[in-house]
Amino acid sequence: MTMTQASAPAAEPAPPDSPAGRKDGRATERSVARRLLARPEVGALIAAVGVYVFFFAAAPPFREASSLATVLYQASVMGIMTLPVALLMIGGEFDLSAGVAVTTSALTAAILSYQLTLNVWTGVIVALIASLAVGAFNGWLLIKTGLPSFLVTLGSFLILQGANLAVTKIFTGNVASDSISDMDGFDQAKSVFASEISIGGVNFKITIFYWLVFAALATWLLLRTKFGNWIFAVGGNQDSARAVGVPVKFTKIALFMGVGLGAWFVGMHLLFSFNTVQSGEGVGNEFLYIIAAVIGGCLLTGGYGSAVGPVIGAFIFGMVSQGIVYANWNPDWFKAFLGVMLLLAALVNLWVRRQATRR
Amino acid sequence: MTSNDNGTASGGTAVKDAPGNAAPLVELRAAGKSYGNVRALHGVDLAVRPGQVTCVLGDNGAGKSTLIKIVSGLHQHTEGEFLVDGEAVRFSTPREALDRGIATVYQDLATVPLMPVWRNFFLGSELTKGPWPVRRLDIERMKKTADEELRAMGIVLDDLEQPIGTLSGGQRQCVAIARAVHFGARVLILDEPTAALGVKQSGVVLKYIAAARDRGLGVIFITHNPHHAYMVGDHFSVLRLGTLELSAARSEITVEELTNHMAGGAELTALKHELAQVRGVDVEELPEEGDVQVPAATPSDGTPDGTASETSSGTASETSSGTASETSSGTASETSSEKTP
Repeated sequence: MTMTQASAPAAEPAPPDSPAGRKDGRATERSVARRLLARPEVGALIAAVGVYVFFFAAAPPFREASSLATVLYQASVMGIMTLPVALLMIGGEFDLSAGVAVTTSALTAAILSYQLTLNVWTGVIVALIASLAVGAFNGWLLIKTGLPSFLVTLGSFLILQGANLAVTKIFTGNVASDSISDMDGFDQAKSVFASEISIGGVNFKITIFYWLVFAALATWLLLRTKFGNWIFAVGGNQDSARAVGVPVKFTKIALFMGVGLGAWFVGMHLLFSFNTVQSGEGVGNEFLYIIAAVIGGCLLTGGYGSAVGPVIGAFIFGMVSQGIVYANWNPDWFKAFLGVMLLLAALVNLWVRRQATRR
Repeated sequence: MTSNDNGTASGGTAVKDAPGNAAPLVELRAAGKSYGNVRALHGVDLAVRPGQVTCVLGDNGAGKSTLIKIVSGLHQHTEGEFLVDGEAVRFSTPREALDRGIATVYQDLATVPLMPVWRNFFLGSELTKGPWPVRRLDIERMKKTADEELRAMGIVLDDLEQPIGTLSGGQRQCVAIARAVHFGARVLILDEPTAALGVKQSGVVLKYIAAARDRGLGVIFITHNPHHAYMVGDHFSVLRLGTLELSAARSEITVEELTNHMAGGAELTALKHELAQVRGVDVEELPEEGDVQVPAATPSDGTPDGTASETSSGTASETSSGTASETSSGTASETSSEKTP
């Protein structure tokens, strides 16, 4: 598991030095095994190994390095988006607009650049601002109205889904944006967002590396910064967090804007990979992000989870979606398989948490 | 009821002659709070001085929570004045109250159950190190400090990494108090810290309240247990229906009087009369109204208002002004020897 290693440095801090001398006497030291189980991503890691072994045995093409590159690519496109969604979930909220927000971001850059014949970088910057604005709007509306995020982002999901189609049709008369492949700055942007890196004769998409770097950054953010502490606190007990002086509003809005940032990045990758954007894409992906985060051990109700877990969750997603193809099965089984994985992950997480909090 | 209103008025003046002449850290003057057209708190005077425990007692719904929410910055008062160090303030967030040294230990303890003890200890006031882009939590120092502070309060935890939700109620309470003390609180507000605890754990918490007081903190101790209050309190304020029913220094009141007052005071007498109408209920052994009057209800400035209103308030056949003044000046006997026939 490359990705586990990548973010390992920022993982669990060393256990505190056992205080010499007096002890309460009633609490026994929690065993190493139990402490390990208390990590949110352990269940997912076990599942990932299981799925890997399964497809390694069942699908011979799965064993090739190029297949691994494909699996990792699949996982990374989803995983980059899963990270901010997971952070938001640890902070106690959902974002159902995350799937279509990716398409919105890509469309913004594509249509703006094409219609005004600008350097694509202008479109990229404007798309970034638009994505952050969508996130900020979600967060602001949530704070202002006090409505559940499920409802607020369901609204913005529908707004974005409709606007994606309608606005695209206004400008192109079509459901897809015009190709921007011959525009100024395209090649440069493509090399940033959608290039490939060859290692040992195998081409790895650059998103894989971004994914791992972002995961390491997210882990650092969660476990090593004030803001990370606040994320856990607003998700675990919002009122308590506010009472001890945590800026709850800032934290939540920032988390929603983080989802916007992720949507922008993935949107740019898709745009510069395919030169054009289908305006109806992205619907349903928001659930895949949430599923990957849950499989990765993030608590649906907030306050618990990690950034490494969602990486493993997305990797499982990539393995399953590609593994079914390599095993020559009907790809229709993919969703069914994913559903089983989700239920199993939820059960494992439940069991793990009981083990961890039991004394 | 009239006597209560008078008690409030004179109680306000009684605050001033409380022992300890240090300037109040926190003072409420005729403060009140309305939620829409519901008046949750009205005309409350309260002073908190360094090295003193001010107890706020009251039944459920008496306005205790509203009172501490104003002082801790969760809500704003809608009438009267709220002074910190003699300066009128109006906090819009708990952060502002914390910055002025007012720390609150809430009933639900304001902890996040799934977070480790040390993260909870420093939540909202995390220690960091390093320059901005790589500014990070100083985990070693936080763990060390948390451990030291907890040990100083006599709490020894084997593993600061364990979720705080796995600690017992008393332990969590003590962590919360230790946290407030560590963060330089000058005024510590404790919201029913002993409410959910057993006898022994309550004792531990009371010990920490006394320890905090001896460190020179002003403590506001919210409770509805008069015995706990009397063990550590220097000044007692009883709230009822959003108004101050009693405000008395420790020297002016006994634990029996406090208990009676908490138990409902005048309301119990009224209930007794209602019960007397019902055949078969023996009211002979129930305390008289006079017994449940408290000194603060008798004005210290010597006007006969208190006695007069008491007479008018009680059912005239029962209470004479003599009984009232006698009881208020003297001991609080649970069952009065001088029952009027």
